[in-house]
Amino acid sequence: MASRARPLNLIAPALAALLLALVLAPLAAVGWRGAGLSLGPADWAAVRFSITQALLSAVFSTALAIPVARALARRRFPGRTLLITLMGAPFLLPAVVAVLGLLAVFGRSGLLNQALIALGLPPISIYGLHGVVLAHVFLNLPLATRMILQGWLSIPSERIRLAQSLGFGPSETFRHLEGPMLREVLPGVVLVILVICLTSFAVVLTLGGGPSATTIELAIYQAVRFEFDLSRAAGLAGVQLAVGSLAALAAWLVTSPAGFGAGLGRELNLSAPEGWRRAGDIAALSAVALFLSLPLGAVLLRGLPGLSDLPAVVLPAAGRSVLVALASSSIATTAALTLALAAARRPQMLLGAAATLPLATSGLVLGTGLFLLIQPFATPMTLALPVTILVNVALSLPYLYRILLPEARAVHSDYGRLADSLAIQGWSRLRWLILPRLARPLGFGAGIAAALSMGDLGVIALFAGERQATLPLVVSQLTGAYRMEAAASAALILVTLSFALFWACDAGGRRAAA
Amino acid sequence: MQRHLLAAGLLTIATPALAETPVLTVLTYDSFTSEWGPGPAIEAAFEATCACDLRFVPAGDGAALLARVQLEGAASDADVVLGLDTSLTAAASATQLFAPHGKTASTNLPVDFADPNFLPFDWGWFAFVHDKTKLPEPPKSFEALAASDLKIVIQDPRSSTPGLGLLMWVKAAYGDRAPEIWQGLADNIVTVTPGWSEAYGLFLEGEADMVLSYTTSPAYHLIAESDDTKGAALFDEGHYMQIEVAGKLASSDQPDLADQFLDFMLTEAFQSVIPQTNWMYPAVTPASGLPEGFDAFRPAKSLLLAPAQAQAARDAALAEWQAALAR
Repeated sequence: MASRARPLNLIAPALAALLLALVLAPLAAVGWRGAGLSLGPADWAAVRFSITQALLSAVFSTALAIPVARALARRRFPGRTLLITLMGAPFLLPAVVAVLGLLAVFGRSGLLNQALIALGLPPISIYGLHGVVLAHVFLNLPLATRMILQGWLSIPSERIRLAQSLGFGPSETFRHLEGPMLREVLPGVVLVILVICLTSFAVVLTLGGGPSATTIELAIYQAVRFEFDLSRAAGLAGVQLAVGSLAALAAWLVTSPAGFGAGLGRELNLSAPEGWRRAGDIAALSAVALFLSLPLGAVLLRGLPGLSDLPAVVLPAAGRSVLVALASSSIATTAALTLALAAARRPQMLLGAAATLPLATSGLVLGTGLFLLIQPFATPMTLALPVTILVNVALSLPYLYRILLPEARAVHSDYGRLADSLAIQGWSRLRWLILPRLARPLGFGAGIAAALSMGDLGVIALFAGERQATLPLVVSQLTGAYRMEAAASAALILVTLSFALFWACDAGGRRAAA
Repeated sequence: MQRHLLAAGLLTIATPALAETPVLTVLTYDSFTSEWGPGPAIEAAFEATCACDLRFVPAGDGAALLARVQLEGAASDADVVLGLDTSLTAAASATQLFAPHGKTASTNLPVDFADPNFLPFDWGWFAFVHDKTKLPEPPKSFEALAASDLKIVIQDPRSSTPGLGLLMWVKAAYGDRAPEIWQGLADNIVTVTPGWSEAYGLFLEGEADMVLSYTTSPAYHLIAESDDTKGAALFDEGHYMQIEVAGKLASSDQPDLADQFLDFMLTEAFQSVIPQTNWMYPAVTPASGLPEGFDAFRPAKSLLLAPAQAQAARDAALAEWQAALAR
């Protein structure tokens, strides 16, 4: 039996090693060009602030996502599918677009302050640590909700029915079913969001209100851009990676499998308690729908007027972006599935670390390092799109891995032995067991990966020549030339395309699972 | 046989490469090369005279340009770097990657500017831009601005060139009093953005009364959008200048063509494109004059620290800025 499992056993560690090399080699290349490593007090202040805001953002996003995910899991109402799909949208917004959308609601002249002033109340300011956390919750709460909802849907309906026939009330259901599920899912959710927020840059600086809101990524920008102090940049990026690794280790230690055992995969029918719990669910769902749709609506409204008068570059750039997204998404999905299946067989720190560290890496250092590594062999410009795809694969793989892992574990523990004893291995195991059982998370994950790759601006800015610009780059070029209206429209096209890609993958996965 | 085939193959690849016209590669910032920037018109005009292929390579924003030059080092394919400003030229010269141009340029800059490695191609004054309908009487100095309860958005000097320009502006105007000015401004600053476009976007969305930009920004709205509501506040202490320059790389394999481009840069064909694509003052005023709105906000006094001075003052000024604003 062990011999039959060998190919997967070798491929997954090799993939993990490759991924680690992709993160660490550019860092080493950047560090190599500098000499010595010195971080000043301002750098450590940036490290502290980055960790504080990332922790707060992760905790709030996750804590608020739990009631929303539960309400979505146990209630059926018109528009439920739409709301779940909408959950994909904020996550896909480019940072600058998301910030402008939020400001239309929470800004100085936003809806909220207009309402407060009309009521004779003092206006509130969004700028500061609370604004940073608010923006991060807006961007990440939907992701957290979707990941936790996935957890709820993975509880076998047989266990739910058993609980119902035993007369479990809400508290017993929580203790025996929902609690263990959350213990398995939540550490991964907190980890992913913490690490995303750790490297957040434009959101933190724009809403942070001043230099006290300085993150590691900004310090890296300064080191690379104005000082060309590559050793300091590498040092800062190293600290960022170390924090990410510690977080990954902590999450790995506290995760415990829920161990529900196998089910027949019937549709889940959670009991939907009446009374105040029903009111609570309605409140949670309405609040989140309002919180997400108002800024999204603002993005839509800002983009509409300029649509008729878009510059000619937008169309080819959009085409390139879609190609990059499709390529990155399919490679990342395959790689993440390989890693998750291997990790489900036998938990390994190496796999977990390799599938988390790319998130904690600094985009600027990754790009700069790759540039230094490629330059002796080829003109970096000619490799702009392949490098972008490679980096997008590395950056989206962690999300996919976290989304796939819990269910891959469940499939392995529930059906692994049966499949082994029936000698269902290799392709047929993938075709008849794994793909059907994992269709839902695979679709969701592939959608996230495609949309993330659409919106990514990280390395393309460093590599792109005249004729390789992707849509996010065009948006940033337009805003840099006063053309805010055209930029808003191009951003709307970007968001619509990302959302369409996300929706197609996600809905495809759900249809295949049904 | 196989070897012959290979040789034949290589020859067919090599022949057109030999016959190809020479390529001049100009490294510049993104918005210069974009479809709506000066790049396309300048490319067409230069190629009409040079019998060469002019290629603009975008390298991110202005601040990213010097980092890119340093990253590529002597192995760079680029021949000319276009778009550095005077707060970066001292650092750029220190890399020894640039070659002296050996020219004396006659320009219409309001200050004297001569640098052995760099020639100016356009310039502007930093200024706080506001909406004239909402703020008919803008403050006339930093002190008046600090005393008011007006809200402003500025850019971070650690990630953007206008942000660095503002730092130098306050330093050049107030010297040792700069920390005091920054402390006074602290409660006026709504937020600090990573780059110019975020700040300008916030201002247009109504998040602030004024934004750090250029005296020529209102002209953009006037000409491109027929919108006469934007103004630039003129400050009594004078306005800091941004002079954008270009230089030839020492590693260039087309030094003659690079020289030819630098000469072309100060001719009518190049300069007349600048005002309405880059929205800056051309280094040499075109025969047709400046477009409408470019004379609307002309400061009486120009401020500029010499490149070496700006480089020397930067770290201390940055520390003062951080200390004053970190509440």
